[in-house]
Amino acid sequence: MAFPDILFYLFAFLTLLFGALVVANPFSRNPVTSAMFLVLTICAMAGLFVLLNAFFLAAVQILVYAGAVMVLFLFVIMLLDLKEEQRRKINLFGIVTGMGSVLGLGFLLMRTIWGGDLEQAANPSVIGDTKALGLELFTKGQFLLPFEIVSVLLLVAMVGVILLSKKELK
Amino acid sequence: MNVGLEHYLTVSAMLFCLGLLGVILRRNVLVIYMSLELMLNAANLALVAFSRFNENLTGQMMVFFIITVAAAEVAVGLALIVALYRKRQSAHVEDLTSLKL
Repeated sequence: MAFPDILFYLFAFLTLLFGALVVANPFSRNPVTSAMFLVLTICAMAGLFVLLNAFFLAAVQILVYAGAVMVLFLFVIMLLDLKEEQRRKINLFGIVTGMGSVLGLGFLLMRTIWGGDLEQAANPSVIGDTKALGLELFTKGQFLLPFEIVSVLLLVAMVGVILLSKKELK
Repeated sequence: MNVGLEHYLTVSAMLFCLGLLGVILRRNVLVIYMSLELMLNAANLALVAFSRFNENLTGQMMVFFIITVAAAEVAVGLALIVALYRKRQSAHVEDLTSLKL
C-alpha cells in the first residue's frame, strides 16, 4: 500500500472517530467536550483536504472553522453557563426513528456510491493552491458576482447579529 | 485497491449520517448546531473529492463559498440561541415548544 493511502485511512479513521465523539460521548455530556472534539474532527478533515491536493482549502478550514467558528461556539457555551446536562429519560421513539432514518440514508448513499461506476480521472493532477484558486476566482468572470454577493451577505449577517444581541429585543 | 473517489465519498457519507444522528438524538441546541456543522463539512469533503477526481477547480470554489456562508450562518444562529436563552433560561429543545399547538 502506498504511503498516501495509509495516510488516507489514518485521517478517515480519525475524522469518523472524533465525529462520533462529537455526537455521542459516553464519558461526558458537556457541550465543551463536544466543541473540542469538533475542532479535532475539523483538523483531521484538513488532513484529508491536503491529501486531495486542496492546500488552500485545508488552510482556510483550519483558520476559519477551527479558529474563528469554534472560538465563537466556546464563547457562547461559556456565556450561557450551562450546567451539566442532567440525564433525562431516554426518548425511545426518537432513538428508533433516528436510527431508522440514518440507516436508511446510509444504505441509500452506499448503494449509490458503490453501485454505479463513477467517472474519475486515472491520474488526477489538479492542484488547488492559492494561485490556482485565485486565478479561477478573479479571472474567469464566472465567480465575480457570487463573490460580491457573499461580501454583502457577510455585512448583512454582521448587522443582524448586532441587532439580535442588543439588550432589548422588540 | 487504490484509494479513489469512492473511498472519499464513503467517508463523507458516513460523516453526514453521524451529523444527522446528532441532530435527531441530542437535545442541547448547541450540540445540535455542532452536528449541523458536521453535516456541512461532510458535504464540503464530497465536493473537494469530486473536484480532485474530475480535474476541475469549480468544486473547490463552491467549498470556498460554502465556508464563507457557514461562518455567517454560525454567527447569526448563535446570536439567536443567546437571545432565546435570555428569554427562556434554557438551551434544551424540549423547553422551547411555544410554537406547539
